[in-house]
Amino acid sequence: MLQMLFKASKSYYAWLAFLLCVIAVCGIAYLDQLFNGLGITGMSKDVSWGLYISQFTYFVGVAASAVMLVLPAYFHHYKKFKRMIIFGEFMAVAAVVMCALFIVVDLGQPQRMLNVMLYPTPNSVMFYDMIVLCGYLGLNIVIGWVTLEAEFRDAEPPKWVKPLIYISIIWAFSIHTVTAFLYAGVPGRHYWLTAIMAARFLASAFCSGPAILLLLIFAVRRLTGFDPGKDAVKTLSIIIVYAMCVNVFFYLCELFTSFYSNIPGHMEPIRFLFEGHGGHLAWVSYWMWAAVIMAIGSLIILIPPRWRNSRLLPFALIMLVAASWIDKGLGLLIGGFTPNMFEAVTPYMPTFKEVMVALGVYAVGALVLSLLWKIALSVKKISGHFSDQPE
Amino acid sequence: MKDSRRRFLKLAGISAFALIGGLGASGAQAQIAPGKYIPRPGGLKAKRWAMVIDTRRFASAEDYAPCIEACDRAHNIPHIPTDQNVKWIWTDTYDHVFPDDMNNHLNTSVRSRPYMLLCNHCDNPPCVRVCPTQATYKMPNGIVAMDYHRCIGCRFCMAGCPYGARSFNFVDPRKYLPDPYPNKEFPTRMIGVVEKCNFCVERLADGKMPACVEASNGKIAFGDLEDPNSSVRQALANNFSIRRKPSLGTQPGVYYLI
Amino acid sequence: MYNAKGVIIGIIVFVIIFASPFWLSWIGTDYTKTGVVLPQGEKQCVEDTEFMRANHMRLLDEWRDQALREENRAYVSHLSGKTFVISLQNTCMKCHNNYASFCEKCHVANSVYPYCWTCHILPEGK
Repeated sequence: MLQMLFKASKSYYAWLAFLLCVIAVCGIAYLDQLFNGLGITGMSKDVSWGLYISQFTYFVGVAASAVMLVLPAYFHHYKKFKRMIIFGEFMAVAAVVMCALFIVVDLGQPQRMLNVMLYPTPNSVMFYDMIVLCGYLGLNIVIGWVTLEAEFRDAEPPKWVKPLIYISIIWAFSIHTVTAFLYAGVPGRHYWLTAIMAARFLASAFCSGPAILLLLIFAVRRLTGFDPGKDAVKTLSIIIVYAMCVNVFFYLCELFTSFYSNIPGHMEPIRFLFEGHGGHLAWVSYWMWAAVIMAIGSLIILIPPRWRNSRLLPFALIMLVAASWIDKGLGLLIGGFTPNMFEAVTPYMPTFKEVMVALGVYAVGALVLSLLWKIALSVKKISGHFSDQPE
Repeated sequence: MKDSRRRFLKLAGISAFALIGGLGASGAQAQIAPGKYIPRPGGLKAKRWAMVIDTRRFASAEDYAPCIEACDRAHNIPHIPTDQNVKWIWTDTYDHVFPDDMNNHLNTSVRSRPYMLLCNHCDNPPCVRVCPTQATYKMPNGIVAMDYHRCIGCRFCMAGCPYGARSFNFVDPRKYLPDPYPNKEFPTRMIGVVEKCNFCVERLADGKMPACVEASNGKIAFGDLEDPNSSVRQALANNFSIRRKPSLGTQPGVYYLI
Repeated sequence: MYNAKGVIIGIIVFVIIFASPFWLSWIGTDYTKTGVVLPQGEKQCVEDTEFMRANHMRLLDEWRDQALREENRAYVSHLSGKTFVISLQNTCMKCHNNYASFCEKCHVANSVYPYCWTCHILPEGK
């Protein structure tokens, strides 16, 4: 099926070339980091994780969200998702690739990365994270490719993929649970030490991941005419609304426990995120309040069916993705490290080079996604699953 | 043709499996050296090393300076003038060292004194629990040690340590060390690894007390917590002592006399 | 076989290139003739020359793990029965005190570039 990549429009190749340029330029920033150390980032002794790990966390969620298409289709035989599933699976592949790269760029000694496998350490959550992410990547590549190839050959997928699909559904939950356990198991970081961390992660993943998928599908629809089907979009947006409601509810639960218990350690990270420090708002506070407004705004549009199914949907989804990204991609890490272990504030802000490296990883993800989705779209076209009206 | 391809794939799979198995087995192979390994003769030994700092005898940060300097010299610790600094021993205020004790009306002398901070060498060290490569590990004598060769620089241990005792080499530490290096008998570190206080494990093996203890003029006791006659047990039996963040269950090995 | 000629020639070319380290070594110098200068004054290393030449890196690996993890910071030589303190910097480099004419000579000739000296301190005069 790789031959599909050789029959594409000029603008597609221009897009790929653009991504490669971005990767090359950002690669220079990474080389700087590799030779001169993570000193080029905004991280410090007290804020020892930053943008890289937060992006890793966010994209584990995006990867896990493919299950929101696969589960209804295979556990509940919801046929209307079948046309879109492959895009979810391939998006999961791109997301896991990004996760792996975000971990690699965060390592001080990436050359020694394989030590995690050479000295397997079952008491470390990182060890399990490595296993579940590698497994999930493999599962999605195999399942995606084999089912797409079957569609290409106009045949039924081989029987052995079925069990793999069921495993992948459970596995999707595991990747984000284990990622939450990276945080929820360390003593002394109040903002992370919460039993609903894994549940919060899953809720935020299951609203933001499908929202990103839908937005990308809308873009593809405009570019290529591929139609996911009206009912599929409708159902997926309902899933997104429920997940977002649960996500917001869980965050409110955190606020209740922290503030009603009145335990300073639990309140301080949240107060820092929203109120800043010493009477001044922190830069992240503006983002957090923007997230609150966008979360409410997205729910206002998404909850009434008439607005949800209108032209407002993409705007609501953009707000939802932005809000969940700020919550998980900025607030989670900054709140975890502020106040620091001495109940003091060490400010953290990503540096320009740090953002460049992160953008480079984004570009790699976009490249992987562009290649895989191009193959999938070509196959859909050939097999006549491109839109509701068969050609 | 198709059949033979399947056979080939099966064979390749089995060989790969055997190869991995073989590699795994070779990891557990017997000793390479023909000689014998023994503990260093004349080294100091304990069942559980612990430290007791008599904070009553340290009135100001200058009183701690000799201890900190001795440590910095012994371990080639750089002074980096940013918050990406490397610290093994340093001082801070009571509020920062014991943040759980939110007493607004603490007596003046306790509140105004600086306190020395270092790795607590916990009984239940979270850093060891989270390290994915066993680069940091706990030894039977209670010391939480590090193997810088194995550290991949993931900094999970820094997120895990509730005492902020760990530092990461964000930049090349050698750029911030005097030439020649203060201690030619001890290595420096390299870019991209985490480091922390090691309770002077290399000096104990040589029969010497830790550098800060030696420089403290008896104001810091160091000894075996399991031995009722040791200096640390005596100091703890006769004085009021506290530890940092005891509610986390890490069981620190560093005690503060108040 | 489809396009047999091309495939077989391709395989042969690949094997030749892939095996280049082996046949190039026949042209190059022998690994024992790299011109390393042995330490003056000392006759014997911790174990015999053959063992050290072949296994010094594995020995150092084992020394490190024994010293750091097992608290076995001394090594009793099988060859001489003498006890050595386990330390690259303070034992090995005390005799092998000329890095450029010992370690480096052989490492460069064999295209290996260990990074011991980003942390361990080289003896004076390199």
